Amino acid sequence: MADFEIPKIKNYLEIPAVQEDVMAHSSPFIAKPPHQAGLGFPEELVDDWENKAIEKMGDLLGKYRSFQVYLDSCVKCGACTDKCHYFIGTTDAKNMPVARQDLLRKVYRRYFTFAGKYFPKLVGATDMTKEVLDEWYSYFHQCSQCRRCSVFCPYGIDTAEISMAAREIMDEVGLGQKYCNEIILKAQTIGNNLGLPERALADTLIDLEEEVEEDTGLPVKYPLDVKGADILLVTPSADFFAEPHIDGLIGYGKVFHEVGASWTMSSKASEAANFGMFIGSYANMRKLAMRIREAAIELGVKRIVFGECGHAWRVAYSFLNTLAGPFDFLDPNYPVPQHICEFTHGYLEEGKLRINKEENDHMRLTFHDSCNVARGSRMGPTPGGQFEIPRKIIKAVCNHYYDMAQDTIHDATYCCGGGGGLLTDDLMEIRVKGALPRMQALKTVVDDHGVTNMAAICAICKSQFTKVLPYYDFSMDMIVSVHQLVSDAIVLTGSEQEKELDGVEDDEAEATAE
Amino acid sequence: MSFLSIFYALLFYFATGLLVVGLGYKIRQYAKTPAPLKIPTTPAPVTKGGVVIRMAKEVVFFYSLFRSNKWIWLFGWLFHITLFVVLLRHLRYFTEPVWWWVDLLQPFGKYAAFGMIAGLAGLWARRFLVDRVRYISAPSDHLMLALLLGIGISGASMTFVSHTDIVSVKVFFLGLMRFDLQPLPSDPLLLIHLGLVAALMIIFPFSKLLHAPGVFFSPTRNQVDNPREQRHVAAWAVAEFESAGDQQKNNT
Ligand code: HEM
Ligand code: HEM
Repeated sequence: MADFEIPKIKNYLEIPAVQEDVMAHSSPFIAKPPHQAGLGFPEELVDDWENKAIEKMGDLLGKYRSFQVYLDSCVKCGACTDKCHYFIGTTDAKNMPVARQDLLRKVYRRYFTFAGKYFPKLVGATDMTKEVLDEWYSYFHQCSQCRRCSVFCPYGIDTAEISMAAREIMDEVGLGQKYCNEIILKAQTIGNNLGLPERALADTLIDLEEEVEEDTGLPVKYPLDVKGADILLVTPSADFFAEPHIDGLIGYGKVFHEVGASWTMSSKASEAANFGMFIGSYANMRKLAMRIREAAIELGVKRIVFGECGHAWRVAYSFLNTLAGPFDFLDPNYPVPQHICEFTHGYLEEGKLRINKEENDHMRLTFHDSCNVARGSRMGPTPGGQFEIPRKIIKAVCNHYYDMAQDTIHDATYCCGGGGGLLTDDLMEIRVKGALPRMQALKTVVDDHGVTNMAAICAICKSQFTKVLPYYDFSMDMIVSVHQLVSDAIVLTGSEQEKELDGVEDDEAEATAE
Repeated sequence: MSFLSIFYALLFYFATGLLVVGLGYKIRQYAKTPAPLKIPTTPAPVTKGGVVIRMAKEVVFFYSLFRSNKWIWLFGWLFHITLFVVLLRHLRYFTEPVWWWVDLLQPFGKYAAFGMIAGLAGLWARRFLVDRVRYISAPSDHLMLALLLGIGISGASMTFVSHTDIVSVKVFFLGLMRFDLQPLPSDPLLLIHLGLVAALMIIFPFSKLLHAPGVFFSPTRNQVDNPREQRHVAAWAVAEFESAGDQQKNNT
């Protein structure tokens, strides 16, 4: 099945002995000249790139306090060394968060600190060389920017900040990653990561409407580019095509329909994910965020709601206001932006949605906290709402729910292994190995509670698990969308499902009469 | 006046000057560098008061470290808390009259030295015994622990084994503070202790000891989680992207 060794799931998660350079061969494809140029980066590795890289590092040190403080503050205490899923899965020493940071820190020290300038050996400082650059390219693409290390660092040093800076420096000297840069360009020019034009979107949505009508007997709408709608739904483009994502989209539509919301999607902002964050590029991230602002203005909506997507929600929740705000033209009674889970949860709490939990009785569920939702955002008014709200939704629509082990959920959750711009086939080995801790935790609830399915609220998690679950002898359709569960259990007013439920007595009468 | 006294006097002026200027420079740098994005590790406090509590938990109890690794926490916290007691106890060399609460600390405070030494020894042992920590340790990481252990052991030797004339030590340091040079006792232990302390002060602003000010400036720990309620934007980002013309274009 694979040309690398698939890690074994043991009885408990083992912290491996460190090995050196066993993942040094892992590097993603390099971005092609047009994709570099399109994002405002040099087409290929520039002459004098060593100096340009140092110059860019200096620029970032002045712009990002996190970068400056984190490069200075690490004491090498070792607290983070066993926290990264990629280290646990690969055993490669440079996948320990502190070691990954040190790939950059050693260059920082050489050029920007007294100790590194005059006593490089003493503090482990090195020149910016081609070997260093290659190492950066390899290992900064073995970080999914999930921030688990940051939770456990006594100073909150966030390796994501360092790897974003490293990627930005590399882009700036002409060494970009194909997967991310190609996608960002597509989203900036066409409107979504998949490069789906307006026509294709419209067709898909019509198909979807037919499918839902066939199932429910109701004309549930999936509107696109409707001016004057109240709500703009921005959702990851995978929701339009991929499984199980699309079942989530069906779910959002049913909820909107049931509560009588006036809503629309936008072909211009047909992507919630913002890969600009992965490459640490404020400018590119902003460009993507501005499309959402522009779409909201053009369509004249009053609210913005985001679909299920992890990094997208981090950028939306934490950065959208910064990048594309202020949103003073929207209805101030609602948070900008709002998560679809916040939306649905609100109506569930009010008892406005009729639910038939038995529809989901064939499943026993657990929930995977997506890293960037868990550690980089919030839902609802109180801290930790990002853990509670999705669980409350699942429990409201399913009878059987079991959490995975405490040290693998909430803010200690493990990344799926495919986040941060690694969700590409040229990085399959690191993706499979990085999934080990999550697979381990899943195996435990499967064995202990007979769990059959794992729900998630992130497009990347869903795609990654679909691909990776089989490597660990699980079935690929174990992964489900949270709103897929809602979709299956919701009883829409006037639907076939409602008739069936309320007609129960008649049916029974018929049955006895026979 | 002996050469030794003059040498140590100059050394401490130099070390103090470098510590104050160097640390002042770094703190200013941290304070002035913008944090353009909201990046608290969530769940994070939603109010300023909450952030103060979060930070206090980190600085006083090493809360995240406690969640992370019990051994490092045990040794690390023991080392820092005893270091803190030791430093408070040392205030008696620099204050006349000695503050009452510093006086209060003296009898039992001196045993803190053992905690400090034990904590440092435990941390150092990890650098040899745990393969992951061994891998990430540079020579400077070992030297830093050696330096602090040297200070601790030389100090404790004076306290518990071979006393020095602490009255004269105090006269010397009070003199330094008033630019009035006084003789320094010349026991080897004291000279070693003070030499290493001066080295520590000199290294401080150029080393990982910057974690002490750094922790207060860490955006993942000191930011309020309120990005939806309050727009947070850095001056450089406004200048680069939101010039008047640009903003107008955006709004239409
Ligand atoms: C605000 C004050 C401070 C805080 C919150 C703080 C916190 C920490 C934490 C959490 C660690 C990591 C765990 C450990 O190894 O102990 C650490 C390590 C360390 N701290 Fe501090 N510290 C502070 C001040 C100081 C000062 C003033 C010194 C020295 C004079 C110091 C010296 C060290 C050393 C040498 C280490 C590394 C220990 C090792 O090698 O494992 N710290 N500090
Ligand atoms: C200019 C600064 C300092 C002076 C003048 C100084 C002087 C002394 C003296 C005279 C003693 C012996 C006390 C006695 O016999 O009762 C002592 C003990 C000690 N010193 Fe220092 N010291 C200084 C800085 C430091 C620093 C920065 C540290 C820690 C990093 C330290 C750690 C210790 C320890 C652990 C002891 C033994 C326990 C104690 O008596 O509290 N000293 N010091």
